[in-house]
Amino acid sequence: MSKFVYMDNAATTPVRPEVLDAMLPYFTEEYGNPSSAYSFSGRIAGKVHEARESIAKAIGATGREIFFTGGGSESDNWAIKGIADALRDRGNHIITTSIEHHAVLNTCAFLEDHGFEVTYLPVDETGKVSLKDLEEAVRPTTILISVMMANNEIGTIEPVKEIGRIAHEHGIVFHTDAVQAFGHLPIDVNEMNIDLMSVSAHKLGGPKGIGFLYIRSGIKITNLIHGGAQELGRRAGTTNAAGIIGLAKATEIALLNMEANTSYEKNLRDRLITRVLAEIPHARLNGDRESRLANNVSFCFRFVEGESLLIMLDRMGICASSGSACTSGSLDPSHVLLAIGLPHEIAHGSVRLTLSEATTEEDIDHVVQCLKDTVAKLRAMSPLYEDFVRKQEV
Amino acid sequence: MSQVTEYSEKVMDHFMNPRNVGEIEGAAGIGTVGNAKCGDIMRMYLDIDDDMVVREARFKTFGCGAAIATSSMATELVKGKTVADALKVTNKAVMEALDGLPPVKVHCSLLAEEAIHAALWDYATKNNIEIEGLQPPVNDIDETEEFYKM
Repeated sequence: MSKFVYMDNAATTPVRPEVLDAMLPYFTEEYGNPSSAYSFSGRIAGKVHEARESIAKAIGATGREIFFTGGGSESDNWAIKGIADALRDRGNHIITTSIEHHAVLNTCAFLEDHGFEVTYLPVDETGKVSLKDLEEAVRPTTILISVMMANNEIGTIEPVKEIGRIAHEHGIVFHTDAVQAFGHLPIDVNEMNIDLMSVSAHKLGGPKGIGFLYIRSGIKITNLIHGGAQELGRRAGTTNAAGIIGLAKATEIALLNMEANTSYEKNLRDRLITRVLAEIPHARLNGDRESRLANNVSFCFRFVEGESLLIMLDRMGICASSGSACTSGSLDPSHVLLAIGLPHEIAHGSVRLTLSEATTEEDIDHVVQCLKDTVAKLRAMSPLYEDFVRKQEV
Repeated sequence: MSQVTEYSEKVMDHFMNPRNVGEIEGAAGIGTVGNAKCGDIMRMYLDIDDDMVVREARFKTFGCGAAIATSSMATELVKGKTVADALKVTNKAVMEALDGLPPVKVHCSLLAEEAIHAALWDYATKNNIEIEGLQPPVNDIDETEEFYKM
């Protein structure tokens, strides 16, 4: 195993050195509790305030609309359960999609057990939600629409701005899970009609365990953690100063480099897609060819199973992920791949490769070669491939 | 959940270097079990001589690391055995020979046992032999049409 290639940046990213440097003092020298009265803590509270303001500015919000949380899943849980609880007198209907992250889907399932009704919108073969379907799903009792900004498995970018517009035309609150999009796509919460937005720091070179929920001023939402006055009393708990400062730094760098990184990653992404589709037969690109995250590539290789592929790639030093059932411990393959209409058989053979600005052309070519070898090896022992070849011969 | 760290060295060895992969031309018995929908299909080929001894066993498998490793081990275990003894190769035996499997992968060893039985059943049916204790296979391949259309 000579080469190590990390191509799972949608799972997590390394903390950037500048981010780590910005965070370090707040573990040791600047350890004061920002909520304390003395000036030793006051200057930390000041730094947290600055961080909040700079993050707010990055999405066109104000500091009082940014609520720090433990990450993406917590933000999704809070947004959905918090709105459901706060608006339960107005209605019990929620609209979301069939391709959301489990942090959204399982929260909705929890609410269904507690008397709420949820519509899971279908998507087309590229993973895109139809605005017509959305319009038709709206009921007088609809209190919340939650649609992700970009899908974590197949990278498809959803028409968030239009979805938000429809929500507002009907007086419905709009939440978007932007965990994969924040720091990778330009976001303006006003222009995009977003009322609530979930973000996680570790997808953009920040640390794990910190994220935020954007909550538009005036939106009624039930508090998440009861306790002290942190986060305006809505999400109590000692302020994670180091995490917040790290998230702000990661955001600042991501914004600064967004244009350059996007075009760099797109170039490599397209090289990977073009080469694989040209050089590996019976391969399929999942998601939209154009309207997808710059760093996301998702393939299905017919006649092979995803987990075997991942383990073999791992042995070659390549970190990738799969929507195969075997990687999740359930019998069903990824709900996203099923939602875009793939039969189980094909969905089992999926591989997701997510790049970063650290990915090189050499990495791409190495991965293509390893994929070719591995897929060929697995097909040579696949009874499905044997049957397929036999049918072709007839 | 990382599968790699949960697999024993033996499982990894049989997955990365599977024994007896392939087909047997004019095999005495062929059995295919599992279905592509669930992500596992095993096909076992047995060559059985006139003394009812398994001379050769080969396999083809579509499935996860554990599915491939259990297939590989199952072929190793039945080779050289009489039909009666091959029938006694249980999923437990396959698992033990592989130094165990993660709990979510135990079904792969069951599939390996079924593949042996299905191949033996095919052999018995073709030759009009009754093998004591052998049941007809239940787990048939699910060849959905849509799969071949894509």
